[in-house]
Amino acid sequence: MADKHQMSVSVWRGAAAGSFQSFDVKMEENQTVLDVVAWIQQHADPTLSYRYACRVGMCGSCAMMVNGTPRWTCRTHVKKVLVDGHMEIAPLRNLPVIKDLATDMDPFFDKWVAAEGLHHPTQTRHDPIEAIDPASAGRVEVNAGIECINCSVCYAACDTVAGNPDYLGPAALQRAWSVYNDSKDAGKQAILDAVSGVGGCHNCHSQGSCAVHCPNELNPMNAIAGLKRETARNFFRRRAR
Amino acid sequence: MIRGYRTHTLWVAFLLHRISGVALALFLPLHFWVLSYALTAPETLDGLLLWTDLGIVKFSEFGLVFLLSVHMFGGLRLMALEWLPWTSGQKTAAASAVAASTLVAGVFFLRAI
Ligand code: FES
Repeated sequence: MADKHQMSVSVWRGAAAGSFQSFDVKMEENQTVLDVVAWIQQHADPTLSYRYACRVGMCGSCAMMVNGTPRWTCRTHVKKVLVDGHMEIAPLRNLPVIKDLATDMDPFFDKWVAAEGLHHPTQTRHDPIEAIDPASAGRVEVNAGIECINCSVCYAACDTVAGNPDYLGPAALQRAWSVYNDSKDAGKQAILDAVSGVGGCHNCHSQGSCAVHCPNELNPMNAIAGLKRETARNFFRRRAR
Repeated sequence: MIRGYRTHTLWVAFLLHRISGVALALFLPLHFWVLSYALTAPETLDGLLLWTDLGIVKFSEFGLVFLLSVHMFGGLRLMALEWLPWTSGQKTAAASAVAASTLVAGVFFLRAI
């Protein structure tokens, strides 16, 4: 489009079946993709559905496919993604679409639980608080994955998830790895069993799209590699017994 | 299809590994079938070996060796990636070392031919 004060934005409308609808949106000096979606909903079509909360990259609820790439829209500047005055905004890939840009995140979060990405306590509230050395190997490993905001960008970027609906996915496995390395966690064996099943870490082909697209620059692929090593070690340990 | 989220090195490495694997799986049975003539029908093998003078056959032999090396390096890469808990700096250093030694070996190889 020639007009540099306007951009044309194709937005997905409908659920699994649907189509793109085109909107003309005014360009601003400082504008995020989420601003554009909000503008459309406020000024062009109030029936547009989408999800956001914090607008500062903390809550992880605003992720969408922008020109075919999963992104956190509240922290993505329009200038970075606009191609010839045009962009395409679609709901996150690999998740059921509820309506327009809102996906059903249940499968994503159910898999965190299925991967045993939960705290398995070793103590009760009556015990004194355990001191953790920030430089200990386990804690350093946990640090690498702890900033996850559950935005599902990695899950949408992963071709293994696309090919195998049972695959637990990068985020859930990374959480399982963090919990596994937590010295205050009592469920190590439960985690290894959960992540070595049919949909477990061994499905990962190390394509690395999770690490490339993670908005917080985490590396779920490394975490999954860690789980692969530990589950293999565990396998031989059990056979040796 | 190569969509936006796939245009990065690791994904391309995965693709090369997969393509070379499939191509080898198609190519190797044919290769061994021809070799089996050495035991069952040496004359037929000799006849087939005459073909190796053809450019196209020479080229596909080059392809076989090339695919084998691509696939082998892909496998070594994966094993290093998954089995060695290296930092990315260490991985870069290792990759540079492999690249440098390949270069040196390549220079000697070119001098030989
Ligand atoms: S709105 Fe919270 S991360 Fe984007």
